[in-house]
Order: sequence, then structure tokens, then C-alpha cells
Amino acid sequence: MSTEKTEREPMFSAKIKKLLIGPLNKDNPITVQVLGICSALAVTVKLEPAVVMSISVIAVTAIANLLISLLRNTIPPRIRIIVQLVVIASLVILVDQILKAYVYDVSKQLSVFVGLIITNCIIMGRLEAFAMANKPWPAFVDGIGNGLGYGVILIIVAFFRELLGSGTIWGLHVMPKAFYELGYVNNGLMILPPMALIVVGIIIWVQRSKNPDLQEEN
Amino acid sequence: MYSNGYIFRYASIMVILVAAILSAAAILLQPAQERNVKIEKIQDILKSANIQSTPSTAEKLYEQYIVKEIVINSAGEEIGVYAGGIFETGNRRAFDVDLKTELKAKHLKAQGKPAQEPVYPLFVCKKDNELFYIIPLQGVGLWGPIWGNMALKDDFNTVAGVSFGHKGETPGLGAEIATEIFTEQFPSKTIFNVEGKFESIQVVKGGVANSNINPVHGVDAISGGTITSNGVSAMLKDCLENYVTYIKNQKAI
Repeated sequence: MSTEKTEREPMFSAKIKKLLIGPLNKDNPITVQVLGICSALAVTVKLEPAVVMSISVIAVTAIANLLISLLRNTIPPRIRIIVQLVVIASLVILVDQILKAYVYDVSKQLSVFVGLIITNCIIMGRLEAFAMANKPWPAFVDGIGNGLGYGVILIIVAFFRELLGSGTIWGLHVMPKAFYELGYVNNGLMILPPMALIVVGIIIWVQRSKNPDLQEEN
Repeated sequence: MYSNGYIFRYASIMVILVAAILSAAAILLQPAQERNVKIEKIQDILKSANIQSTPSTAEKLYEQYIVKEIVINSAGEEIGVYAGGIFETGNRRAFDVDLKTELKAKHLKAQGKPAQEPVYPLFVCKKDNELFYIIPLQGVGLWGPIWGNMALKDDFNTVAGVSFGHKGETPGLGAEIATEIFTEQFPSKTIFNVEGKFESIQVVKGGVANSNINPVHGVDAISGGTITSNGVSAMLKDCLENYVTYIKNQKAI
């Protein structure tokens, strides 16, 4: 197809699609690259903060990737990490301020973890590994893809933790009353951080047994 | 290769740009953020009088139930009374009093250091033709500030309800002060003993039943949350004692 290099790639070429879909499965930042675990443990007790956190991370990775990619030819290599950090930090502060202004309750639940997006290795990793060497559009898509890959895992973990830990989904009771009358109780352990690690572990297990090429050889 | 001059220029321009963007965002979003903080304060006050509210109904319910805001000084005199949108006395609203600053001034004064004359806020709530007096609370827990509101019945003695909040107490331990399991112990406790002496309410480690504290002045502490529980005890004493003179004046009338 691309024996002769064309000037412009189509907006959604196979390569772009791979950037978007890859992180959802075989390049997942959490389950395969094992990055950004700490926040995945902290904000997944309930679905709502997990979703808000995912959206925040998607916004920050995408916009940071885009900005760094636009600036990539002007950034002096000696201070590139500083420039990347300044971009990430400013975006995170903006996100934090916006959350405080418009979704105050969720912002209180997320507390310091929004600020800690700055230290989320996924973002820094994508800037250094991808945005510094690629054009703005692929970089932007790569940011969205990685943010989504992070978000998907967060939402799966939060779904199970909220369902089994509190018997609710998005704050609404879904466990039938009859279950409780039969002696079912909410599992308090699901609310505590260790269970997030175990749920992530189960996701990794399921994913690797479906994709044998992800399994490391001993 | 980039010259040092280029690097410095690059960094300076970047920092100035970022500073401008962030300041603009902070200024633009400030009104909405302050409104959220105000609504949270209103919700906390209403919660102590057992009035459930949501962020959207809070301001309306506040106008409906809180009939009077009083600011008192340490001599127990009313220096500001605000009711129905107008000032009856003075020009200070209880809602605008920052309790943290006032308590700091009080502690500085107690140490003999110069400080402003502290004033204390009091909210009068009318619900089902009953009057409740709501006293805001502010103190320290284990990891950071704790706060709350206590609603007293119109005898200025019996607790009608209480709500607590905290910045970051340990989940499952100290953080339990904000749950109903803890707060539901407070109603019908009294802050004065039968002789009319101020007793406050103690949060008792090991349980009130196993201590020599009169059960009407004590509640059970939270296991594993001793420092937070002690913080609640200290906060109740520190905040409620400021109203003792005022309450005695009211009863004498």
C-alpha cells in the first residue's frame, strides 16, 4: 500500500486505529505495562469517581501529547523533561480547578488523586516515548487510546468493587432485597484497597489466558 | 544544538505563559468554587438539625429553616443579629464568621498575646414550630482539621442532632465520626449537668458504660480512632464553652 510514501496519511489509517485500540487490549497501560497502578487502587471504590478520574486522565494524556508533539521541534533536549512536566502539571491543575467548580462532590472524593495525575507514569511515558517523536494527530490519538486503556480498567474494577462492596451501581441499589433476606451481605473487603489489586490481578489473568503471546516465558 | 540563551528564553516564555493561563483559570472559576464551599457549609448546618438537603435545594431550605443568625462575643452579648435578610443588630452575619480565625484569636488571648476580640456564630433554626440553636464546631483530628455542627433544643442543653466532617481522617477508623453510627449517639445528651454546670460531651474510649462519666454527658469513642475521638471531645469543649455565658444570660431572662 505505502510503497511510495504519501505526504498525508488518511485521518483514520490502520496505524491510527492501532494507536487507539492497542492500549485497550495488548498494550494496556495498567494490565500489560503495569503503570498507574496506585491511582487505580485508590479511586475505584465507587463507579462515579472512577469515571471522572478516567475522563480527567484521558483529557490530560490527550492534550499533553498534542501540545508536546506540536512543540517537539522547538523543545531543547536538555530541558525536555521539565517542559513535559510543566505541561502536565498545568493541565492537571486546570482539571482540578474545573472539577472543584463543577463537580464538587466528586472532586472531594478524588481529593489528592487528581493532583497525583501529575505523577501518573502513563502520561510521562507517552510524552517521552511517543509525542516527542510523532506528529500531532497520531500523538493526540495515542493519548486518547492510552487514557481509554487506563479508564477501561478503572471502570471494570470500580464496577465490581461497588457492586460487591456496596451493592450499588452509580449510587443506585441494584442488589435485590431478596438476596439480603436470604442472608447475603455486602463484602466490606471489596471497599478496601487490597481488593482492587486482586481484581486487577484477575483481569490480568483473564487477559493473559486469552492472549498467549502476552505470557512471559520463565 | 540549542544555545543556552535559547533554553533560557524558552523556559521563561513557557513559565510566563503557563502562569497567565493558570491565573486566568483560577480567577474565572473562583465564583463557582466559592459557591460550592458555601453550599457545603449550608448542608452541614442543616444536617445537624436533621434536615436533608441536596446541593440544589440547600440554599432554599436554608432560607426556609434558619430564621436567625446571631453573632455573640465572649461576654455573651449579641453583637450581630441577622434575620430575614436584614440586620436587627450590628452588621455581622454568623454565616460569614470564620470560626477557625475566631478560635485562634481566643487561644492567643488566653496565652496573654495580643489578638482581636473573638466572636462566635450561632444559628437559630425553626422546624415544625420548634426552635433549635445550631453551634458550629471546629477542631483538629489526627491528620487534619475536623469540624461539625451541633443543634441544641430550645432549653440550650439537650442535643437535638449533630453532624461532623473531616478533611482526611483514616478511612474505617477516625473517618467514622462522619457516619450515622457515631452521630446517632448524640441526640438527647445534655451539655450542662443538673446543677447547671457546663460539662460538654465526652467521647469516651472503652465505652461510656465502663467509665465513671455520667452517660448523659458521654458517647462511645471509635475503636482504633482514639486520637480523632479525643479531637472530637476537645473540639466540643473548646467550641461549646464559648456559649456558656450567653446561654446563662438567655436563661436568666
